[in-house]
Amino acid sequence: MSFSLAASAADAVVRAAAEGDATHNPVLPETPDLIWGAVCFLVLLIFFWRAVLPRVKKLLDERGEAIEGNIEKADVAQREAEAVLAQYTAQLADARVEAGTIREQARHDGQRILAELKDQANTEAARIAANAQAQIEAERQAAVVSLRSEVGTLAIDLASGVIGESLTDDRRSAAIVDRFLADLEASENAAGSTAPASGAVSS
Amino acid sequence: MLIRFIAVLAIILIFWLGTRKMKVVPGRFQSLVEMGLDLVRVSIAEDLLGKKDGRRFLPILTTMFFMVLFMNLTGIIPLLNIAGTSVIGVPLVLAVVAYVMFIYAGVRKHPGSFFRNSLFPPGVPWPLYIIVAPIELVSTFVLRPITLTLRLLMNMIVGHLLLVLFFSATSFFLLLGNGFSLFAVGTLAFGFAFTLFEILVAVLQAYVFTLLTTVYIQLALADEH
Repeated sequence: MSFSLAASAADAVVRAAAEGDATHNPVLPETPDLIWGAVCFLVLLIFFWRAVLPRVKKLLDERGEAIEGNIEKADVAQREAEAVLAQYTAQLADARVEAGTIREQARHDGQRILAELKDQANTEAARIAANAQAQIEAERQAAVVSLRSEVGTLAIDLASGVIGESLTDDRRSAAIVDRFLADLEASENAAGSTAPASGAVSS
Repeated sequence: MLIRFIAVLAIILIFWLGTRKMKVVPGRFQSLVEMGLDLVRVSIAEDLLGKKDGRRFLPILTTMFFMVLFMNLTGIIPLLNIAGTSVIGVPLVLAVVAYVMFIYAGVRKHPGSFFRNSLFPPGVPWPLYIIVAPIELVSTFVLRPITLTLRLLMNMIVGHLLLVLFFSATSFFLLLGNGFSLFAVGTLAFGFAFTLFEILVAVLQAYVFTLLTTVYIQLALADEH
């Protein structure tokens, strides 16, 4: 029952819809329809062609340029950064080389100074030693001279004491002492040169 | 007819506003407009025709796409309720434009040899031309504009009829009262579903119409048929 009602209702609707179109075949065009459709198309065509698309094209070009410009800018910045980096690296290498040479120079200088100082010290030491020797020699000479006179006096005193007679006659006593000492030196020299011989003779 | 003028005005208004002050970094509305234009420019024209030819035919293709799209969409906009393309005038005009365009493209590219290559494709053994030539003649020069027109027209008419059917049935059942209100709920739901479906069909048909026109132009431009 309800189905047949629904079906008849659908039928009615379809027929109503079809009757609207049934006055003319939908595939056959009407002249005003064509004309106004063409007018719409032309209006839109001119609108898109002359107004919208040129703007879009301009925008796209601008956008492309902006992007390219940015890329170029970034490239330039990167190149600059690379150049600066290379420069710094070169400077750093230079500085390293310089530091190396300076260090080497300093080492050489140090060695040279050390050697000089050593030489100086050696010569100084030699000079001091020579001085000391000369002084010692001088003092020995002085000691020998003073000893000689003192020994003479002492020996004369002793001898005068022993023989009970003054031997203070200077001229004579000095002659005696001198002769004694000369004998002493001569015997000493002879002993020094003939010591082995005397040894051989004594045995 | 008024509906078409409204659609034309809507297109002009939207694209005028959308492209009036275009910035390199787009705002929301501009992005949306650009997305629509890019659909035609990139995924239809440049993909199929290449950059150079794509630019040549872009104004016509863009116009076709948005005209069909907006006139399809009037079918589901309240108070308009009928697609501008569901009367044969617009589809026929557009199909004729497409027809003229692809023949023009072919003749410009291969003056003298376009029709011969279209009817007698090179590389086919000559006895077969007896069969091939009429087929090519009919399919290329007769059926293409007809199918373009009828595909769009019938899709829109049928969509419109379906919606009319469902919503008329809904009000019919409601007026009938008592137990039939339940049917009204069902038909209303279907009517709603088909309204959503019509949006899909509207976009799809606009895309298909433009795409096929582009393909015809591409075939006409191609060196070998």
